[in-house]
Amino acid sequence: MSTLPLEIRSLNVAYHRKMVLWDADLSIRPGRSTAIVGPNGAGKSTLLKASLGLIPAASGEVLFYGEPLKKVRSRVAYVPQRESVDWDFPVSARDVVAMGLYKKIGWCLPVRARHRRMADEALADVGLADFAGRQISQLSGGQQQRVFLARALAQKADLHLMDEPFASVDAATEQAILTLIERLKLEGGTVVCVHHDLDTVAEYFDDVILLNMRVVAKGPASEVLTPENLRKTYGARLTLLDEAVVDLSRPGAPRES
Amino acid sequence: MIWTELDTWIVLTGALTAMACAVPGVFLLLNKQSMLGDAISHAVLPGLAIGFLVSGSRDSFPMLLGAVLAGLFTAVVSGVIERRGRVETGASLGVVFCSLFALGLILIRIAADHVDLDPGCVLYGALELAVIDSAAVPRIVWQSTAILLLNLTLAAVFFKELQVAAFDPRFAKASGIPSGGIHHGLTVVTALTTVVAFESVGSILVIAMLIVPGASAMLLSRSVAGVLFWSLVVALASALAGHLLAISVAPEWLGWLTGRQDLGSLNSAGMMAASAGLIFFSLLAASHFARSISGRGRASVL
Amino acid sequence: MESFWRVLLLQDHNTRVVLAGACLFGAAAGLAGTFLLLRKRSLLGDTLGHATLPGITLAFLLAETFGFSSRSFLWLASGAALSGVAGMGAVLLIRKTSHLKDDAALAIVLSVFFGAGIAMLSAIQQLPGGQAAGLERLIYGNPASMTSSDAWFVLVASLLVAGVCGFLFKEFTLLCFDESYAQTAGWPVRLLDVLLMGLVVLVTIVGLQTVGILLVVALLVIPPAAARFWSDDLRVMALFAAGVGALSSMVGVVVSALLPGLPTGALIVLSAALFFGVSLLLGQKRGIIIRHLLERKAARRLVREHVLRAIFECAEEGRSVVSLEQVLAKRPWKKNEVVSEIAQLTDDGLLTTDPSALSFQFNGRGDSEARRLVRNHRLWEIYLLNHADVAPARVDRDADLIEHVLDQRLVDELEDLLDEKARERLVPGNPEKNLP
Repeated sequence: MSTLPLEIRSLNVAYHRKMVLWDADLSIRPGRSTAIVGPNGAGKSTLLKASLGLIPAASGEVLFYGEPLKKVRSRVAYVPQRESVDWDFPVSARDVVAMGLYKKIGWCLPVRARHRRMADEALADVGLADFAGRQISQLSGGQQQRVFLARALAQKADLHLMDEPFASVDAATEQAILTLIERLKLEGGTVVCVHHDLDTVAEYFDDVILLNMRVVAKGPASEVLTPENLRKTYGARLTLLDEAVVDLSRPGAPRES
Repeated sequence: MIWTELDTWIVLTGALTAMACAVPGVFLLLNKQSMLGDAISHAVLPGLAIGFLVSGSRDSFPMLLGAVLAGLFTAVVSGVIERRGRVETGASLGVVFCSLFALGLILIRIAADHVDLDPGCVLYGALELAVIDSAAVPRIVWQSTAILLLNLTLAAVFFKELQVAAFDPRFAKASGIPSGGIHHGLTVVTALTTVVAFESVGSILVIAMLIVPGASAMLLSRSVAGVLFWSLVVALASALAGHLLAISVAPEWLGWLTGRQDLGSLNSAGMMAASAGLIFFSLLAASHFARSISGRGRASVL
Repeated sequence: MESFWRVLLLQDHNTRVVLAGACLFGAAAGLAGTFLLLRKRSLLGDTLGHATLPGITLAFLLAETFGFSSRSFLWLASGAALSGVAGMGAVLLIRKTSHLKDDAALAIVLSVFFGAGIAMLSAIQQLPGGQAAGLERLIYGNPASMTSSDAWFVLVASLLVAGVCGFLFKEFTLLCFDESYAQTAGWPVRLLDVLLMGLVVLVTIVGLQTVGILLVVALLVIPPAAARFWSDDLRVMALFAAGVGALSSMVGVVVSALLPGLPTGALIVLSAALFFGVSLLLGQKRGIIIRHLLERKAARRLVREHVLRAIFECAEEGRSVVSLEQVLAKRPWKKNEVVSEIAQLTDDGLLTTDPSALSFQFNGRGDSEARRLVRNHRLWEIYLLNHADVAPARVDRDADLIEHVLDQRLVDELEDLLDEKARERLVPGNPEKNLP
């Protein structure tokens, strides 16, 4: 019996009958952070959404902790891309975070003071204690991203699936997310992020999955990020990347900015 | 079924008007402004009413002007509400045209003592009555021919501008094509077509013919020119089928369905809209079927 | 005058019924419309309203066959509900099976269904006995024809709408804000959506009698859109929308009772439009005027800051009395803007200006205000230079003192840096330290 947080077996996804994900096979190891990396249109977000059942899969099997998602929903938290919602929506940061508790509160029952306190704690964990009452459009992009993280945090899940949490955020937010990921790992949680930045991937994550419609390589960052694998993932454009690749293939190498 | 000269005129007027609407409609559809046709045809009501109040007659320039201005007003004001008030597109359009339509209903009631204008007439039209004319060719046929030719000419002259403004308004603007002006021009043409058509076929046929032929054509063709061509064909076919259904088959069906024998022929404009819908949904089913057996991307029916 | 009081004091039983029915409908529409607006589907209400016509006419024609009175509102309403649901199904079908956009699907279903309805209506209009009049009131709305039993229906339906919106408030909020998150968290998104649309259908049916098929969308759209200008809190916004809906229904009904002959439905919609107009201008959160004032205030503040800093810099160069030309030379700005700001500063007691208004100097308060501004500005500059990684998210130029945003240790560090970098330039001290 498998107890892996996430196991995907030959997952195929098609948009309008065009295959965007071919036979994806992968497993996520518990207590570690994993990045899904690949060029634009490689199906990174699709992989995440399809495994969560947000878009239909043509075929394949997805197991969370050895079970179909339906049975273990409360153990899985999803952090969507920031652009996926309308930030003009008339709710405060605290209201959004409280949404992570709705399932716990249950049908028809209102959000109580106790839940608002829990939401505030989650907000404090991402450094937004002072912003709880702000309407969400009055937050900066990075702060909005952190509100989404706090919502997942409030859910107290074991597996966190994050879609591009580092996309266009300021350095303070980047730091806050990293601290959070480390903390989640310490508490025994598992984190999977869709990531776009090859420069930082080795530094930020334990494991890497290279994806370009197919899974090109998977495993610990230092083993996966070889020039060979990156060429397979990114193709001919690699000439530009060569330098970065050499840096990356040496774990712990200082990052040039 | 007895086919008279009147029936020919009805079909001809309906077809000409439908085709006249289909031309700007294709571009409304491409601009994702489908509901603008609905909005304008509601919103011209106060313009018409004020035009009536000012001029006191039914076919005059002030009426036309009032309606076109009301149409333009809808587009501009809903744009302002959307941007300045940060209200979502659909909602800002809804706010404006509902308010104007309500205003129009009230104005018409106030003006009822002075002019004979039935809001029902604006909605359903009176195709059957409008073609009764002492002239050899009813005036209304000339009118709809004129507006069709105008729309076709404009579409031909501004074809590439309309196309680029619909596809990528920002690029159009950056390359010196006034996409804002083009959108407003489209609004004016839509309002003008609506006003000319309302008297003969009613605004309901206008709303239908602005969008349904274009949407059907999009299931048939992928180029803008192709969509334009097929939308004209669909418009023509729905006018013919609509009138045929209205005078022969539909009353019998309806009578059978409801167990009544006392039903006369139906409103032709309404049936034209309904048959456009029939054509659309048949094509939708066909394209869906074609796609599922071909197993490829967007297979067209043809 | 007498009739005025009769209406206002609700002396007629009939007026009471109509007023209660219309207000309940308005409130229910405002509530359901709030979620519809936030789901960005406002115009679905329009399509739904129009799509009820074929069902109504069919029910009317069928009434005799099944032995119902063709004027029974409940019978017609069931027909309306069925064809409304069919219309919604058609919208979903188009969305699912074609690549046409949502708005196209809405327009297609609206016009096709309404066209079919009009065609059937024309058959009814030809029937002997002028029976069609009963249907006209559903197209344009005529609450005056509401009977007690109709009002009971309105009451039950409105309470149902309010109850469901209340009990499922957080579920609907989540659905409207972030559908995909709701789905991953295990909420039955499809079911919630169907429930919400069901409420909209119910509101539409209730509205047929009050404002009619053509305008029912108005009360789903206008009150929530107006309410959005007043609050950033969904709970407040929903209550406000219900209030605006009820109030505009009340105003409409009362006005039409006073001015008989005018269509009530249209009056209700116009009064809602009036509320919208007022909210658009005066709304406390997003009204045009408040936003304009805030923008103006910010612009004024910036000019004042620039003028004070320019005078301070002139003073730093060793002149205590500064001339207008010197200030104007500091940066590219409009002369009259500077002149009027200097006059304002003089009025506020920050500057002492000579009678010609061409030269001026700080007095005590002006000096400390300018010191505060210049110090903040320079410290933020240093902060941006030295902490480029985190700075853009934290710089808050509006804060009175940099200490209010950054902690004291960091500010001390910045001050040291500033001292090193610009030893020749005077760093004004923290004015608060000098205060008792």
